[in-house]
Amino acid sequence: MGKTIAEKIFDTHKIDNPSGDINVIKLDAVFCHEITTPVAINDLSERGMNRVFDPDKIKAVIDHVTPSKDSKTAEQAKIMRDWARNQGIKDFFDVGQNGVCHALFPEKGFVRPGYTIIMGDSHTCTHGAFGAFAAGVGTTDLEVGILKGVCAFHYPETMKIEITGALQKNVFAKDIILSIIGKIGVNGATNKVMEFTGPVVDRMTMEERMTLCNMAIEAGGTSGVCYPDGTTVDYLWDFIKDDYSSKEEAFEDFSKWHSDPDAVYSRVITHDISKLKPMMTVGYKPDEVQEVNGNEKIMVDQIYIGSCTNGRIEDLREAASVLKNHKINSEVRGILSPATPAVYKQAMKEGLIEIFMDAGFCVTNPTCGACLGMSNGVLASGEVCASTTNRNFNGRMGKGGMVHLMSPAVAAATSIAGYITTPEEL
Amino acid sequence: MKNFNGQVLFLDRADINTDEIIPAKYLTEITKAALKPFLLEDLKLNSFSVEDIPGKSIIITRENFGCGSSREHAPWALEVNDINLVIAENFARIFKQNMFNCGMMAIELNKEKIDEIFKTFTGTETYIKTDFSKGCFEIKSSEATMEIDFTVSEFDKSLVEAGGWINFADKNY
Repeated sequence: MGKTIAEKIFDTHKIDNPSGDINVIKLDAVFCHEITTPVAINDLSERGMNRVFDPDKIKAVIDHVTPSKDSKTAEQAKIMRDWARNQGIKDFFDVGQNGVCHALFPEKGFVRPGYTIIMGDSHTCTHGAFGAFAAGVGTTDLEVGILKGVCAFHYPETMKIEITGALQKNVFAKDIILSIIGKIGVNGATNKVMEFTGPVVDRMTMEERMTLCNMAIEAGGTSGVCYPDGTTVDYLWDFIKDDYSSKEEAFEDFSKWHSDPDAVYSRVITHDISKLKPMMTVGYKPDEVQEVNGNEKIMVDQIYIGSCTNGRIEDLREAASVLKNHKINSEVRGILSPATPAVYKQAMKEGLIEIFMDAGFCVTNPTCGACLGMSNGVLASGEVCASTTNRNFNGRMGKGGMVHLMSPAVAAATSIAGYITTPEEL
Repeated sequence: MKNFNGQVLFLDRADINTDEIIPAKYLTEITKAALKPFLLEDLKLNSFSVEDIPGKSIIITRENFGCGSSREHAPWALEVNDINLVIAENFARIFKQNMFNCGMMAIELNKEKIDEIFKTFTGTETYIKTDFSKGCFEIKSSEATMEIDFTVSEFDKSLVEAGGWINFADKNY
């Protein structure tokens, strides 16, 4: 019987089977940020276990509220900073070098095919785009990961989603994943790995695959995953060129992480996106999705472009291509947060930042802040935000605020119109 | 082992997410105790007000409880309010693991059983007494009593007995 990619990764990392289908697996990387890690750091210290399993396998960043906005967030940042220094964690990203973890760490080459990764952050599933098993965990799992380099999971069941067809203009990876979540529901992939395959995924860039895998958790998925291929090799080449004599050799090696043709899946879905239109959420759950249409004008107060879902360079390019030579509506405010310093710099080089600023956008430093209502764009009660982020939960971006999720292109068009609309309908 | 007995708080809605259990703006707290006043602050549910929380030790709810963010602040906010047991049709993976990792319990019952419990006990003062070793609990109001069996995996059981995953992992790995 063949194996899925997730099964192959588990079988090569398993160190114990304490009972039932529970596998304790060894971790190739433990990612840390300042919201969920300080409690683990303090607890380890109180237990007299102030150490880490391997400082080279721990990557840490301050990204959720940065630069610190008040005494409490300054304290969280300080705990991270002191800990990274004391434990000899070299890959620690502080103010000036920091960015949204799920955009920053792939960019640094920390994610490789076949890796096992945990982080105290639900959107860790993003890294499956590289053919890794990457799962969000709570602080206790993180603490054990930091201390022992292991984590316990049920042996993975996989849902295969084969994406077929050809994308229409102004339709993006964000629209695809929103349509999948709409189809299977917020509980549709609970306890399952979501394996994204098919010709549409094969043609996707790494940035698009990250957008796709990023929202696996919104369907309950443990990790998203895509097969590593030539696109993956190209993206990682600067980091792996000493390990392989050629890209072909790297590709050959990565191919061992493809699911076998006779692998067994708990469910297989074929998702044809040929007729897919730009999508948006309504309501307070990410599975409440519909096409963006002009039937009812949904007025907005704020437009937010950024986050681990859609704050990468391609997202900024899409939005800027819509915004070019336009001004945002005088009744709205626009906020752009490039996800990492590298994205920010590249956007400056390409003239994108100028387009955003000329249109009337505020450009913030890279941070998660607004997406979860912590800083840099919190909504007031009754306000509506058109957002490229991943959660439209009640109060997510500010108590009493309403969030509509969408692609960067639709968000940009919306900023010009003042109500939710597509670039085509502008 | 923690206390799994006491009065029930009914939350009659599916997909209650961890942002509703504890909003992100409180994640800047670095002690669990500080979370206590903010439990379920943003829950969107007509039949509920935060004043219903004091005195309750157990939550009974519908499917996919704890979806969304991985924040362990959600179980912690329950724990510091003396709620160590949540009973639901099913849970989001990370939330469920976080509960057992803290030595707390997330018990899954089938839809029919959950429906029956809501039908029988909603609106009444309801108490649960758990027999962990036998894997059953008694749910009781002044008008009705039910005995219900539950299954917790061997691994999750060992976490509850060890007082959480850190103690277990420290001993074994």
